[in-house]
Amino acid sequence: MNVILKLSILLMSLYSLSACTFVGAWEKGSLARTEMAFIPDPMEQRMSDHIYFSKEASSSGSAVSGGGCGCN
Amino acid sequence: MKILVYVLLITLLSFSVALKVHSAEKGDEAISIPLKLLENNKPGKTVDLNQYQGKLVYLDFWASWCGPCRKSLPILNEIRSQYSSQGFEVIAVNIDEKLADALRFLDKYPVDYPIFLDPKGKLPKAYKVPGMPTAYLIDEKGTIIYKHVGFKTKDRKKIEKLISEHIAKR
Repeated sequence: MNVILKLSILLMSLYSLSACTFVGAWEKGSLARTEMAFIPDPMEQRMSDHIYFSKEASSSGSAVSGGGCGCN
Repeated sequence: MKILVYVLLITLLSFSVALKVHSAEKGDEAISIPLKLLENNKPGKTVDLNQYQGKLVYLDFWASWCGPCRKSLPILNEIRSQYSSQGFEVIAVNIDEKLADALRFLDKYPVDYPIFLDPKGKLPKAYKVPGMPTAYLIDEKGTIIYKHVGFKTKDRKKIEKLISEHIAKR
């Protein structure tokens, strides 16, 4: 029983590997399409980023933190 | 329990193997794969990078969805017109899956240099380009002498300096 359990764990982890793949920089055409974005409108994206990161009060990749009012 | 640890280790290891990518670097031989040349807005004759041996080549990978390419294409066109009489050529490899996307981009940002069409991404895969755009400066013998990842307007100076210095050394 123990062997079967171990074997099935091994097989399951091996199977899960097929989901791991490297997406090259040259393969990102489809990912770059507008419909692939969480927020397709760039203006709306910037607005929500601005509000989110100023409320977070921590610096991030897309905005600088502020006092929380979202006005900087 | 031991076997579980091994399985975990192997899984983690294969992750790192899968993510490790060796891109073409300075000093490497430039890889050449036959591709179609863009002629009259459609795929034309088959061309090869090797045909350009004897020239200093700036091999530029671009796509219509790549933001910095909007800056790099017009600038490269200017650099090319400046140095083309001195044995310099820009070769752009377009990797758009749909040709129409590339043509729409070229309509806005027209260029005079040859464009190779690689919708399946064979050449960038061979070079393992780390980002878009990526460019390689290839010398007359077909050796990579410089790799440029990304593009900013201020990069123009550096690229021009490399080209002019190489031409002066000949």
